[in-house]
Amino acid sequence: MNLYKFSSPKVFYPLAGSIFKYTLLPSIFFLVVGLYISFFLAPTDFQQGEAYRIIFIHVPAAWMSMIIYMAMAFWNIVGFSLKSKLSFMMSRALAPTGAIFTFIALITGAFWGRPMWGAWWVWDARLTSELILLFLYIGYIALVMSFDDSKRGERVGAIYSIVSVINVPIIYFSVIWWNTLHQGASVSFNKAPSMAAMIVEGMLVMMLAFWTYSIAVVMLRIRRIIVEYQEEMLLMNHTTEG
Amino acid sequence: MKTLKILKALFGRELKLIFRNQSDLFTTFFFFIIVCSLFPFGVKPSSELLPQIGPGMIWISALLASTVSNARFLLSDFNDGSLEQIFLAPIPSTLIIYVKVFVQWLTTGFPLLIVAPILSLQFGLKYQEIMVLMISLVIGTPLLTLIGALGSALTLGGRGGGGLVAILVLPLYIPVLIFGVGSVLSYSSGISPETSFLVLSAILVFALVFLPYAIALSIKLALE
Amino acid sequence: MHWTSLNSFLSMGGYGFYVWASFGITFLSLAIEFLLVFNSVRNKEITHES
Repeated sequence: MNLYKFSSPKVFYPLAGSIFKYTLLPSIFFLVVGLYISFFLAPTDFQQGEAYRIIFIHVPAAWMSMIIYMAMAFWNIVGFSLKSKLSFMMSRALAPTGAIFTFIALITGAFWGRPMWGAWWVWDARLTSELILLFLYIGYIALVMSFDDSKRGERVGAIYSIVSVINVPIIYFSVIWWNTLHQGASVSFNKAPSMAAMIVEGMLVMMLAFWTYSIAVVMLRIRRIIVEYQEEMLLMNHTTEG
Repeated sequence: MKTLKILKALFGRELKLIFRNQSDLFTTFFFFIIVCSLFPFGVKPSSELLPQIGPGMIWISALLASTVSNARFLLSDFNDGSLEQIFLAPIPSTLIIYVKVFVQWLTTGFPLLIVAPILSLQFGLKYQEIMVLMISLVIGTPLLTLIGALGSALTLGGRGGGGLVAILVLPLYIPVLIFGVGSVLSYSSGISPETSFLVLSAILVFALVFLPYAIALSIKLALE
Repeated sequence: MHWTSLNSFLSMGGYGFYVWASFGITFLSLAIEFLLVFNSVRNKEITHES
């Protein structure tokens, strides 16, 4: 089977619809199971009480935010290598979902930190890198949207996404170094409760829930982007003919 | 060699443009001085506090001053079509970028180096701390110019203005800021600033090798 | 994990506000995102059917 035919937006459109249908129900399933584990199977932590349950959202959301940003860079590199417009569109479809997960990771981090360590915010490496990641997402989205021509916007955004994804580990390690310089924050989000197996499973299930949800939403969004692209093409044909 | 001749001509052109638009030269320069001088007004100007925040304030002022000049970097050439002309030249586009970025640094980064020692005295930094700061700025300001050039190239022809360039560029500046200021703070705490210098230099080399390619690609996209 | 009563479940050992705010904001954000995309796709389909 020739997979390359799917790099045509028109051919991919129905495939996206199918993928959406196949991932939506699983995401709800995983969500229900994950929530059940979070609230009914995971034991109470003797150090952090019930508040630690926020971890079941905070950690998977943070992972998703990183994975999606890397996926965006991946598709952008594919776009430049194979010169396929659909790859760039895929990156564009991923961005808002990634940004929302980054936002969720930050908010849940704050809501976890406040009761546990008394501060709504700490400048540890993971949270700070997460905040900067949010800026990078917003920058990408703003950049792509600043161009009327979607083809140009996506490619320019692609350059930014590739450059900035390389920067993310640099930022992470520089903040770690910065913290050690300042005798580090006395609190660290690495001090999660001792990872009982049930807790790890809970996080993994929530992770699957977020993942399948992301695929579903991104498929939906890329369908809208494909339609917008067709509209743009029609508009351009009209103006060049007239 | 033909390439060398073209590059020299380009270099000469860039310099001539700078001397014609001297206001650009001074804007960044005075912005740096003014912003830096504002900081003590925002905090208690005690003799213990100022040397502690001094390196950070100077570096942040350098960042902001760089942001001011970023948006303008390629814009006027782009708008009057000369950018297109330049890229028609039969030389590799990355070489064009090197020349333009170098001139940009000469006009927006280098002047900061001249003034920084004086501003350091304002913050009461010791002589050795000023030396460390200067080295960090020598390595760091070209990085600021390079990354800013990318921001400028990316937004060419779009509706986003200087604000968008700042949003794109400032997160990328953060590691530069951390290691730039960190070098002085290390030194003040008795740690050798060597690590910071090495990391900064490594980032600079990496940027010098790869960013011009990204910048050239962005400009070519804009010129389509 | 057996909760002795609905009240103890809601209060989450005293941390109820933080736990429920976190889960609440999360699901609200995801639901809003989903609805926004879904609606925009529906609107496109409607426009193109006509």
